Amino acid sequence: MTHTAVVVGGNRTPFAKAGTKFADASAQDLLTAAIDGLVARFGLAGAKVDEVVAGAVLKHTRDFNLTREAVLGSALSPNSPACDLQQACATGLEAVIYTSNKIRLGQAKVAIAGGTDSASDAPVVVTEGLRRAMLKANRARSLPERLKAFAAVRPADLMPVPPAVVEPRTGLSMGESQALTTKRWEISREDQDQLSYDSHQNLARAWDEGFFDDLVTGYRGVARDTVLRPDTTLEKLASLKTVFGREGATMTAGNSTALTDGAAVVLVAEESVARERNWPVLAKVVDAQVAATDYVTGNEDLLLAPARAIPELLERNQLTLDDFELFEFHEAFASTVLATLKALEQNGTGTVDRSKLNVDGSSLAAGHPFAATGGRIVASLAKRLGQRGPGKKGLISICAAGGQGAVMILEAM
Amino acid sequence: MNILESMYNSPVGKTLARKAGLTDPPKLRRGRVMPTGPVLLGELPGSDGVARVTLGLLGITPGEPIVDVAENRTKDDKGRDVPRPYAAKPGAIVVDATGLRKLTDLEGIRQVLRPVMRGLEGSGRVIILAKDASAVEGLEARAVAQAIDGINRTVGKELRGGATSNLVFLREGVSAEDLASTLSFLLEGRSAFVSGQTWRVGKAKVAHELSDKPFEGRIVVVTGAARGIGAAIARTFARDGAKVVAVDVPQSGDSLAKVANEVGGSALQLDITVADAGERIAAHVAHTHGNDARIWALVNNAGITRDKMLANLDEAKWAQVIEVNLAAEMRINDYLLSHDVPGGFGEEARIVGIASTSGWAGNKGQANYAASKAGVMGYTWELSRQLADRPITANAVAPGFIETALTTAIPFVQREIFRRSNSLNQGGDPVDVAETLAYLCGPASGGVDGQVIRVCGQNLVGA
Repeated sequence: MTHTAVVVGGNRTPFAKAGTKFADASAQDLLTAAIDGLVARFGLAGAKVDEVVAGAVLKHTRDFNLTREAVLGSALSPNSPACDLQQACATGLEAVIYTSNKIRLGQAKVAIAGGTDSASDAPVVVTEGLRRAMLKANRARSLPERLKAFAAVRPADLMPVPPAVVEPRTGLSMGESQALTTKRWEISREDQDQLSYDSHQNLARAWDEGFFDDLVTGYRGVARDTVLRPDTTLEKLASLKTVFGREGATMTAGNSTALTDGAAVVLVAEESVARERNWPVLAKVVDAQVAATDYVTGNEDLLLAPARAIPELLERNQLTLDDFELFEFHEAFASTVLATLKALEQNGTGTVDRSKLNVDGSSLAAGHPFAATGGRIVASLAKRLGQRGPGKKGLISICAAGGQGAVMILEAM
Repeated sequence: MNILESMYNSPVGKTLARKAGLTDPPKLRRGRVMPTGPVLLGELPGSDGVARVTLGLLGITPGEPIVDVAENRTKDDKGRDVPRPYAAKPGAIVVDATGLRKLTDLEGIRQVLRPVMRGLEGSGRVIILAKDASAVEGLEARAVAQAIDGINRTVGKELRGGATSNLVFLREGVSAEDLASTLSFLLEGRSAFVSGQTWRVGKAKVAHELSDKPFEGRIVVVTGAARGIGAAIARTFARDGAKVVAVDVPQSGDSLAKVANEVGGSALQLDITVADAGERIAAHVAHTHGNDARIWALVNNAGITRDKMLANLDEAKWAQVIEVNLAAEMRINDYLLSHDVPGGFGEEARIVGIASTSGWAGNKGQANYAASKAGVMGYTWELSRQLADRPITANAVAPGFIETALTTAIPFVQREIFRRSNSLNQGGDPVDVAETLAYLCGPASGGVDGQVIRVCGQNLVGA
């Protein structure tokens, strides 16, 4: 017996610029809110789902069981098991892959997949010197021994280590890494600003037409994504100072994603169960692929792994880029999307029709709470494909830290 | 809380307030709770015994009232002739005045009510049943019907300790089964804040037995359910077994989700003023409860205020209020009444709306709101008439001063005046509005149609 995993709906919090409206909410609070909104939308209070899978990129040690804790704080039945997984910015998409695979294997019928991140509530850690001293003191058996453990601590060790999104192997931040890619692929400032402008325009239009009425649940008085600037113009974007890269820098705060807080989840079900329950069968999960690049040596780019994953996925499914109605390429930076498009052309995969790309805006306008992005994209794309009609396909591409990328095909039923 | 309010609520302030006659208001009996004392039945001449049979359906064997005639009187400590006191405080008295046709018959009501006026237990009940003017012949009989209304309103004002008085007019052909839900509502704490009111009960097109879980297996849609009165409505219907579909604007999404999850219902984020709101409600019901599911009751509770004196009121504030409070409700009802779709109205749907004391009496600074709320009443009456050949009912409630987050924003002195300007000396609770709506939507309330019930503690305004 074959099982088909279908997306029946989704829910997310609005995404808010870090340090603002959701500054006091933890990743767990946000995930709980996203789950509760989904539960309410589908009338699942007290119901057991077969599994809830989610993760966060910025994780406190207390969050070792983040998703299960969110489930226990939600309106779901406490008998709903949960699993944390993490693949940097691909976390949310990987959670959908995980659940849909379980559904296809018959191990689950109804599952929730997603992710959450609070850049406001990022863990601040102590220095390595202080941490070692504290561990040693903990092992000590007497007061003098305990005091001695701290003798090695230097004043500099007492400074907290602020969070930073830095690649451990290159020491470069995401932005600095992407600046190398931007330069290598000769992505112009104008193209980046245009992509960002389109993202804001498209997202604003989608909000205005009520597209998100059944995809987003307001949270803490915020009803819309707060990064969104419906009134931004190409002139305004062009006037921004560059922030990443040195000579000939082109990347600005306007064409790079802002640090954001938010959470997103998707309701995935086995097709027959979804039909039995009369849930809207928006789209099925056709297939997915992950890939990684050799970015450490500098031979490849940190955020272009999707350009490796997409040809593999298309080949396995005997599809070309022309077979897709819509494309959802996560906008880590405008230049990431543009470089990915170039790379796909260069490696012979084909050309993405720009009019089909991110038609309801993407991360530049919505914001990018790392692990939440996958859930946002899957739910929105599934709904849009469902509106376009049966058989319409969509391609999702998400780049992730560590030179990784995850891609997925959805098809309207 | 301002200084005045803090002083008023301090022990010294309370003492002074009591000296000035501002006593603490009585705590009302609420919920599905019967009076503790006996229920009396004053069956006046000419009755066919409908009240007795109805009480029987409710499992009540009524006691006999003391009748205030000369031989029943005793002397009080000042030597005045007074009715003999009850040995135990009665919880309620039902006066069956359905047989009264002559002005001289009215004396019968006086005789059974005088002894209970100061003898009822706290939150006691006076319930008068009379024939509707439309169901009696002749000038005098019709005058009598209206005279009873005057008695009821006065009794409501004279009763103390949270006791209420209400009058039910019986239309032609009404049976005890039709009357049971009304009598049960009036006796129980559910009608806590309904007093001095009069409404009509007729023959139900489809009979249903009374139940403590009347909405079990039934779907009830509540608009404006994210907070305040709407949230109380969702909770009350859920308590009575309903699968609640909680509707509110996306901006209230998180509180809406909380309410929906709390009551085990579902949430629909919807601006009810969009053109296809009715379709979207039906689609949500079908997606959540299946293609065969139908709406049992629609509670059109969503409403807004944009208060301004008419001298300062612009067209935007005017239109917004009319649109949300009335036009949207009419469009949604109209769609659901005219489309037999999955998730649409069931055959016996109950439609209820929210009017307001402001609609009844007008209110300074609320020309737009009063228009919309008086409009709800006119619409309800006409809708009920137009649906005369279908077992669907249309009713409304008109809340008075109900304590919500909105009313706590009213300055203290003004708020205290609002609270005390009714017969129960206090503001109502959102649940009081909810209980009345649930009564109107009950399966056993099919005979209650085209009625607007004020939930105002017999507010002086417009009474």
